[in-house]
Amino acid sequence: MHPAPSLIAFTTLSGLGFGLLAWLGLGLPSVTGVTAFVFFTIAYVLAAGGLLASALHLGHPERAWRAFSQWRSSWLSREGCASVAALLVMAAYGAALVFWGQRIAWLGWLGAALSLCTVFCTAMIYAQLKTVPRWHTPLTPALLLSLCLAGGALLAGQISLAWPLLIAAAVLQLLAWHHGDRAFARSGTTLGTATGLGARGQLRAFEPPHTGTNYLLREMAFEVGRKHATKLRGIALTLGYAMPVLLILLPGAHVTAALAVLSHIAGILASRWLFFAQAEHVVGLYYGRHTPRT
Amino acid sequence: MTTLPPKTAKKLGLVIDLDTCVGCHACVISCKGWNTENYGAPLSDQDAYGTPSGTFLNRVHSYEVQPPEAAPAQLVHFPKSCLHCDDAPCVTVCPTGASYKRAEDGIVLVNETACIGCGLCAWACPYGAREMDAAAKVMKKCTLCVDRIYNENLPEEDRQPACVRTCPAGARHFGDLGDPDSAVSQLAAARGGFDLMPELGTAPVNKYLPPRPKDQLDHPQTAEQIDILAPYLAPVANSPKGFLGWLDKTLERL
Repeated sequence: MHPAPSLIAFTTLSGLGFGLLAWLGLGLPSVTGVTAFVFFTIAYVLAAGGLLASALHLGHPERAWRAFSQWRSSWLSREGCASVAALLVMAAYGAALVFWGQRIAWLGWLGAALSLCTVFCTAMIYAQLKTVPRWHTPLTPALLLSLCLAGGALLAGQISLAWPLLIAAAVLQLLAWHHGDRAFARSGTTLGTATGLGARGQLRAFEPPHTGTNYLLREMAFEVGRKHATKLRGIALTLGYAMPVLLILLPGAHVTAALAVLSHIAGILASRWLFFAQAEHVVGLYYGRHTPRT
Repeated sequence: MTTLPPKTAKKLGLVIDLDTCVGCHACVISCKGWNTENYGAPLSDQDAYGTPSGTFLNRVHSYEVQPPEAAPAQLVHFPKSCLHCDDAPCVTVCPTGASYKRAEDGIVLVNETACIGCGLCAWACPYGAREMDAAAKVMKKCTLCVDRIYNENLPEEDRQPACVRTCPAGARHFGDLGDPDSAVSQLAAARGGFDLMPELGTAPVNKYLPPRPKDQLDHPQTAEQIDILAPYLAPVANSPKGFLGWLDKTLERL
């Protein structure tokens, strides 16, 4: 799949932002006044900024309001509804903390639940797609939720929560890569089932429909940079998971914490780039992709 | 509404005969011609005289099939457009309700004024039937020529999809696949019509008819029949004479 920068930025940043909102909702840390204002500003810049980045991905952003209507069937619509609900509830909860120093606990729990719900919906947009076997697994929501909680805890300064969650997320990341590398072959979809000609012999895509490229190839048959996948996985693991764990367990308070956050974001951006760039869409089969050469 | 209708009164669709298709791409051109001039946003092209790319609702691939035994390879031309699936994953993922499946005839359509161009339906479609138009920024797909098949301003014989009407080989057939007595259902049943990627559970309406295996001239039975004529086809002169004969001998000696 085409690794659109807007989608990589959106899923990474808003995941972090909603993670921070979830911990703030639970009262971890329990902050009021100016400190609360700073925490909520960071969370809103990340969460809402990510949502805006995803709106840039649309062909017609001016019609985005229509996306709130199909929550009965569409995970993308559910994500839109959940994100707005989470941002509104957390705004009320945050205002009470910042301006009146009051923590309305039930409102915080509701906001935390809605924040996690938003990230779950985001993950399900990818996990629901049978056409991308690498994504079509419960590991996708598990990984995105664990990253949201771990990154959120890191931003919220919850050291004792952050390092075990980061390790858990790293384990899920390794499982997702392990599963993903085998998912396409295991799905059973081949050029043979795609054309219905599989039983007749060895199949080869002889001639594509056009000499030029097209939307399908640009969007769904992305194959650039896969040779660096192993190196990028190493970078993602080191920067996204190992470095933050080491840095937050070192003494040094704010400086190492800030470095840990930056390192985590860089690592997760790399991992998210791979999430898209390595995902194989079954439509590529029609163009002779994903088929072992003989 | 992007939930699918529980049942459609008709299942309009295509039966595509891979045995008859000659790969001329006439259906591609007539589709682009009709659909760029009629319903909805035109099917744009970008950089037509440089490195061209454009929106098409129908594309013809060609595949080589090499049978396992030492038989000749076969070339299969493979037209592919929207299969108007019964369980269309492209419809249910749409966040705005722009994508829908009609309860009356099962045609899957896009309401272009409600499409936000998020592209998720194209991701959900396993067949590559949906393409985002690079100029209009909305999703385009096969409409089964909904503006032809019910169009009373057209002569009766033209009230079928442009690709079917134009196919010079008669490889494309249009009709109601929900009615077991319709000509297309009968054809699909008689010729063993099959689904593409049945394992994905999309329940496509369109059916493909398999190509017949290629004639095998060196098969013992066929070879025998040819042998009746063989004496008449035997070469008359085996060795060159005259100047060519001399040249042949001279070159041989070198």
